[in-house]
Amino acid sequence: MAFLSYLINGLGLGSVYAIIALGYTMVYGIAKMLNFAHGDIIMIGAYAAFFALNAFHLPLLVAVLFSVAVCTVLGVLVERLAYKPLRQATSLSVLITAIGVSYFLQNSAQLLWSSATKVFPSVISGGALNLGGVSVSYLTLITVLVCIVVMTCLTLFINRTKTGSAMRACSEDKGAATLMGINVNRIISITFAIGSGLAAIAAVLLCATYPSVYPTLGSMPGIKAFTAAVFGGIGSVPGAFLGGLLLGVIEILAKAYISTQLSDAIVFTVLIIVLLIKPTGLLGRKISEKV
Amino acid sequence: MTFNKLMKGMLAAATVFTMVACGGSSAPASGSDSSSAASGGNTAIKIGGSGPLTGGAAVYGNAVKNAAEIAVEEINAKGGLQFELNFQDDAHDTEKAVTAYGALKDWGMQASILTVTSAPGAAVAPLYSEDGIFAITPSGSSLAVIYKDAANQTGSYGNIFQMCFTDPNQGTASADYLAAHKDLGSKIAVIYKNDENYSTGIRDKFVNQAAEVGLDIVYEGTFDDSNATDFSVQLTQAKENGADIVFLPIYYDPASLILKQADSMGYAPTFFGVDGMDGILSLEGFDKSLAEGVYLLTPFSADASDDLTANFVTKYKEKFGETPNQFAADAYDAIYAIAMACENAGVTADMSTADITAALVSQFGSMTFNGLTGSDVTWAATGEVSKAPKAIIIKDGVYVGVQD
Repeated sequence: MAFLSYLINGLGLGSVYAIIALGYTMVYGIAKMLNFAHGDIIMIGAYAAFFALNAFHLPLLVAVLFSVAVCTVLGVLVERLAYKPLRQATSLSVLITAIGVSYFLQNSAQLLWSSATKVFPSVISGGALNLGGVSVSYLTLITVLVCIVVMTCLTLFINRTKTGSAMRACSEDKGAATLMGINVNRIISITFAIGSGLAAIAAVLLCATYPSVYPTLGSMPGIKAFTAAVFGGIGSVPGAFLGGLLLGVIEILAKAYISTQLSDAIVFTVLIIVLLIKPTGLLGRKISEKV
Repeated sequence: MTFNKLMKGMLAAATVFTMVACGGSSAPASGSDSSSAASGGNTAIKIGGSGPLTGGAAVYGNAVKNAAEIAVEEINAKGGLQFELNFQDDAHDTEKAVTAYGALKDWGMQASILTVTSAPGAAVAPLYSEDGIFAITPSGSSLAVIYKDAANQTGSYGNIFQMCFTDPNQGTASADYLAAHKDLGSKIAVIYKNDENYSTGIRDKFVNQAAEVGLDIVYEGTFDDSNATDFSVQLTQAKENGADIVFLPIYYDPASLILKQADSMGYAPTFFGVDGMDGILSLEGFDKSLAEGVYLLTPFSADASDDLTANFVTKYKEKFGETPNQFAADAYDAIYAIAMACENAGVTADMSTADITAALVSQFGSMTFNGLTGSDVTWAATGEVSKAPKAIIIKDGVYVGVQD
């Protein structure tokens, strides 16, 4: 019985990782850059939702939409101001810029809202569903459901719409996509907008479960989600989903059955083993270099 | 006035001369000059200190700063002995604490309330020792604050004292309390933070003492900085092992998450904290009903009815709009303890820092202090305080002393 409840908690945690991992994986797939500021977009999303709920007393759904709007605008803005001028620069410069943006956002938050922890209000009542002796909190159920819905919508969007096809084309070959009349800059902006909007949803789910809001809130989930993206195969949307869920479950089970001290070490050991066997991650595409 | 101005002018000239003579490369020389210049031009004794005014532990730093200000105001209003307080922000960060120490030394600090939290305290303690400045920390409870070698408890600095209990004492006292109050529960789970001295220090002593007094520890779980959000596993295992008391030797930030997660999984043991739990009620947005029935062992209770406590609590509420916590009380006592030692030894602001330190150290070794956090408080030569802890329970969103 305990095993089942660990598994469910792991899936809940993994779902949040998966949604964050989507942001990393989409941006990497299309812009070929690691957006290390993604974790801090989550933090801004958490503050936006916190103020919407606490200061403006908006209903939950409106607060989520507000947070999504703030993050989407911020994501596009960051892309325009920080990354677009570096489109032709080496990937190392872009990476350093992303780290710079991350620090900028963290310190701005610290200045604006002080670094004292704020407690996120309980948005979903703490009830639990009893499934044959295992109690599952509604929060965990909602988290997993939201993750599945988001994943389905995103997959449909990428595979069925015109913009989605354009995104896939950009990820295959930017030069060829430009030649076929695709506005690559617009597609990259859209990618950032979607990724950042998802970050806001992840922020609300994260803070509903772990209700502390502080300026470095996004760092650790960001790093774990990035790991999840690499685990599943960076650039692959189903990979991010699978990687996120697996990472959450492994983390919780390692804590439960091996050691609460070593859980992170175990997670990263699994990552190393996977990368040794499948260097592109679980669902990563094989990269065949043409000679 | 004119004499002071003259002295200042001469000292300034001397400073410039020294700097020119040394080619401006002698940092220690100019440092000691500036401190003597400051003491020559002032009638108030300069008290320094640092603590987290921002950051995760900001509740503690602000409580200490507020209470120290009240104490200094009261002492100055009496006439006679005068204090000047300079309290810096260290954000509970060792590097910032060292920077703050530099700023305080440049300002001409003559005595200090060290730091509010343990890790920064341990970082600046060697500097205080090297420069021979007297310090008493209100709440830096780690042994590393007063000992060079904390693990073996050897090499105490000698000029650094504590107003609060040391971490080990909190652990021992908690185990003793639980042994004496078996009605709270008999099966104990411990959840502690394994990358923090404060937490592991208390946990080690608690576990040792628990074995001695026959307490049954059924589960121990840990977490660290990178895992300080999800406690579902630790709580599930504590529950599975039938723990009816969960001992939390941690700060209130993660503790608030533990209370919330325990509540959402329907687990309601008695939570038992130490001084780090104090402050949980001031957390912005915290649902106070989650902390209902939480015990904490601290030496101060804001609802005590003695005059000293009543006066302090009223003033604090008037000025800062909230009930003072134990950190505030410790800070208030620390300032008054310095004042008492200064009065006993006849310390004045124009004495050299070395003389002040020698006088204060000898006073602290022999005097008996009565304050908010205890009566007949004494100090060992190593800097450790001796006083009795009280149990506090959170009832209807306020801290209430347990009557027994």
